[in-house]
Amino acid sequence: MISPLLCLVVLPIAGAILIIAGTQARNTAVVASMLNFLASLIIFGMCQPTGGYQFVSSYPVVPELGIHFTLGADGLSVAVLLMSTAVTLAAVCVARTPPKNGNWFYASLLFISAGAIGAFASLDTFFFYMFHELALIPTFLLIGIWGSGDRQAAAWKVTTYLAFGSFVLLIGLLGLYLSLPESDRTFDMRRIAELASSGAAQPSATVYILIVLGFGILVSLFPFHTWAPQAYASAPAPAAMLHAGVLKKFGLYGIFRLILPVFPPNLSQGLNTLLLVLVLGNILYVGYVTISQRKLDLMLGYASVMHMGYLFLGLLTWKTLGLAGAALMLIAHGLSIAALFALSGELRERTGTLDFAELGGLAKVMPTFGLLFGFATMAAVGLPGFANFAAELMIFFGAFSAGVPVKVGLNEFQIAAVVAVWGVVISAIFLLRSYRRIFMGPIGDKWKTLPDIGALPRICIAGLIFLLVLTGFFPQIVLNYVTPALMWP
Amino acid sequence: MIWIPPFALEISVVCVGIFLLMMDCFSKIDKISLGWAAIAGLLAILGLSFLTGPMPKSIIPPEFYLVDQPALFFKRFILLSTILTICLGMEYAPVYERFIPSATPQAGLGEFLTLPLFTCAGLMWMVSAADFIMIFVSLELVTISFYVLVASMRKHTASLEAGVKYLILGALSTGFIVYGITWIFGVTGQTSLRGIRQALPLLSQGYLVAVLFGLGLVLVSLGFKIAAVPFQFWVPDVYQGAPTPITAFLSVASKAAGFIVLLRVLEPFFVISTIEAKLLIALTALAACTLIYGNLAAMPQTNLKRLLGYSSIAHAGYLLIGVASFEHGHSGPVIGFYLAGYLLMTFLAFLVLQHVARVSGSDEISDFNGLGRRSPLLALGMLISMLSLAGLPFTVGFLGKFFIFEAAMRSHQYLLIAIGAITVASGFYYYLKVVRAMYWQPAPEGAPTIAVPALSKFLIAFLSIGIIVFGVFPQPLLAMLQY
Repeated sequence: MISPLLCLVVLPIAGAILIIAGTQARNTAVVASMLNFLASLIIFGMCQPTGGYQFVSSYPVVPELGIHFTLGADGLSVAVLLMSTAVTLAAVCVARTPPKNGNWFYASLLFISAGAIGAFASLDTFFFYMFHELALIPTFLLIGIWGSGDRQAAAWKVTTYLAFGSFVLLIGLLGLYLSLPESDRTFDMRRIAELASSGAAQPSATVYILIVLGFGILVSLFPFHTWAPQAYASAPAPAAMLHAGVLKKFGLYGIFRLILPVFPPNLSQGLNTLLLVLVLGNILYVGYVTISQRKLDLMLGYASVMHMGYLFLGLLTWKTLGLAGAALMLIAHGLSIAALFALSGELRERTGTLDFAELGGLAKVMPTFGLLFGFATMAAVGLPGFANFAAELMIFFGAFSAGVPVKVGLNEFQIAAVVAVWGVVISAIFLLRSYRRIFMGPIGDKWKTLPDIGALPRICIAGLIFLLVLTGFFPQIVLNYVTPALMWP
Repeated sequence: MIWIPPFALEISVVCVGIFLLMMDCFSKIDKISLGWAAIAGLLAILGLSFLTGPMPKSIIPPEFYLVDQPALFFKRFILLSTILTICLGMEYAPVYERFIPSATPQAGLGEFLTLPLFTCAGLMWMVSAADFIMIFVSLELVTISFYVLVASMRKHTASLEAGVKYLILGALSTGFIVYGITWIFGVTGQTSLRGIRQALPLLSQGYLVAVLFGLGLVLVSLGFKIAAVPFQFWVPDVYQGAPTPITAFLSVASKAAGFIVLLRVLEPFFVISTIEAKLLIALTALAACTLIYGNLAAMPQTNLKRLLGYSSIAHAGYLLIGVASFEHGHSGPVIGFYLAGYLLMTFLAFLVLQHVARVSGSDEISDFNGLGRRSPLLALGMLISMLSLAGLPFTVGFLGKFFIFEAAMRSHQYLLIAIGAITVASGFYYYLKVVRAMYWQPAPEGAPTIAVPALSKFLIAFLSIGIIVFGVFPQPLLAMLQY
């Protein structure tokens, strides 16, 4: 049977090829991503929230090596896929056709989307990896050709850094593959998890470190985050939305699929403690760096790095509460950062600058814009009513109850949780301050004629915020699907 | 089913070559049609190669001429690369004629289009050679015809310089291999690889040192052929100076034959554990140096032909990782697959380069500025080729690297893997430099659009599709290599 997931993967690629072949670029891209969003809605509706993989279809590629092109999804994947297609649709809609090479612009956007969707729908480690790599070159082109600021340096840095990170990951995955018993070597995630839980495969701590390091670089874990802020600041808005919102989630999703079910939690206690420290580096150090930013685009770049810290913290707990929180955060963060980048791109289009010192009082001329920006910042801070709040709460509670209880004082997870809560204060400072600097205070003369946000971007961003509020009040919509997927044998 | 003996293939190639040379001398035929005739002949022989198979021992003893599955695969590989070379050569004719001083039109073009056939016969013989004498003879046939081809643009100083460099260093490497063979023969009394394999375990420790010395000399010579560091210094100049089709031929077919000979020569010596340990150290060092030098030196290049020269060294480095992971018997097919991918992407790169250089008159990367708008087809072909060379997924280049590193993981070559992490990332940098020129940079004022002949359009499509199809469905290729 042909999996409906195949349609999700093929649609954007087909759209991109049609665009390169010469169809009207923008319309094709909008239609392709709209169809894809509808398809993923249908798949979300068809999926049974019972755990286990559905819509599985498999095609042999190199059967001798255990490589199959296998698609399949469980509750976690369908939720992430729905988020990805929603962000893709929003990104394509808010995109402005650039004056030169417009067809390559939209084709690149669709290719990034296809890479991320393909990775989230793959059950085969090999294709999971390949699809992610596919998005590397479109990112390079998007930042390099249509970026702003120091676009060339940013494009080179992000491409070589991520190529390096993916290679480390590839070696880690090969190590995992070779640690399976000789007769049973396969790249199938389901089989790898089975073999690991039955004890037939015992991958070493080195493999664990390589895979975590590889994913860590891709997710911008401190101190491997330096590629991200500049790249997001320079990237055109739709590219930043897709990369920060969707593609970067690849590494976290990979931890759900390839670390948690495969490696025992106590494999490397020292490393996990080190990781906790790095996570706090993400939240506190990068948080303080974010506060000191003077431009909105760089601030958002750093903020997206900082919030990865919460996600990692939830994953490190290895407990259902924290993990479910991380899964919810994955989706909430994707939606909220996409909304913020979309708004920042719209603002740049209008004013030509994102420097806080030059902006101010814009809420007087563009009230709707200000309202949407306010909602998006509140969501990103994690105020109650938004999905981010529910997710952060679950992560903090999960972290507080994780680890081995000690008689006196707090264990390392509890300490980490206590420290990490400060991150909420930090993000409140920089996000609300950015709101004040841009939208409050006296308005400069040159901004008095700025038009408010257009109809299409308004609908798209309002849609993203609606999803955030919906899952904020009813997180069980997502959690019902996600939690069964987190019950490993 | 074997309808014809496999060595008939080489004989037919030589016959076609001689026939075409005669036609060139004695008839007033248009030289381009000689090229078409050569292609037709080679295509027919490529077809014939499917009527033959691994040969029964009764015809020629296998000490002398060995036909196994990899040998057949590489014979077809070499036939295909010769066909591609001649296709490139026919479109190179206008450039070529500019550099040949003669009153008659198309002078020299006939040799230029028929000599690759003799190289082809030599290379095909080389992949079947199972005896040091045969290896030497076929190597010389290949090298001598390459001397002529590299230097064939007689009015072009760079081409002459390349020819002289290649001649001197080629002669040097010949000296090394002959001297090495003498040592090995002196100790074992054998020139056939099978004989050496049987003789080696009977030798005492002292003699093994002599064998090792001889083998070291042979490795030096083969190092020249495959462009391994520190025997690579001829590569950038020769690649840059030689006519572009010949550069492509040199880069693909000569390297491929060098690697299969290397694997064949090393095999008997791996039987002895003391030699094996030392050989692995040598191979690891060779691979490490080649990887680092090839990749790092490629980064600052501004001339695309030179860059491809360094990239060819870099790919020799990846292939050497495969050779250094030899002990598990996996690397033969792995190397074969890598080389097959390398053929597709390298010929595609040189094909596009040749068209751009024909219009701009030089091989600089800056000549590619704005190619994405000036000539979308050429740019797309170059994009696919560069991405595949860099090793991006869904291209054959990625799978090649994947299999190589898988073999390296199997045999615990962690040093080489660590180096590979750095070189892969730097590879992205220098290959994407070309992509940047094509798509980021604006076209210079008044840059002409580039007309692409139908043959090239077909070849670009053929090679691009090959790169992507084998990048997703490697199974047919792997089956041919009996993976």
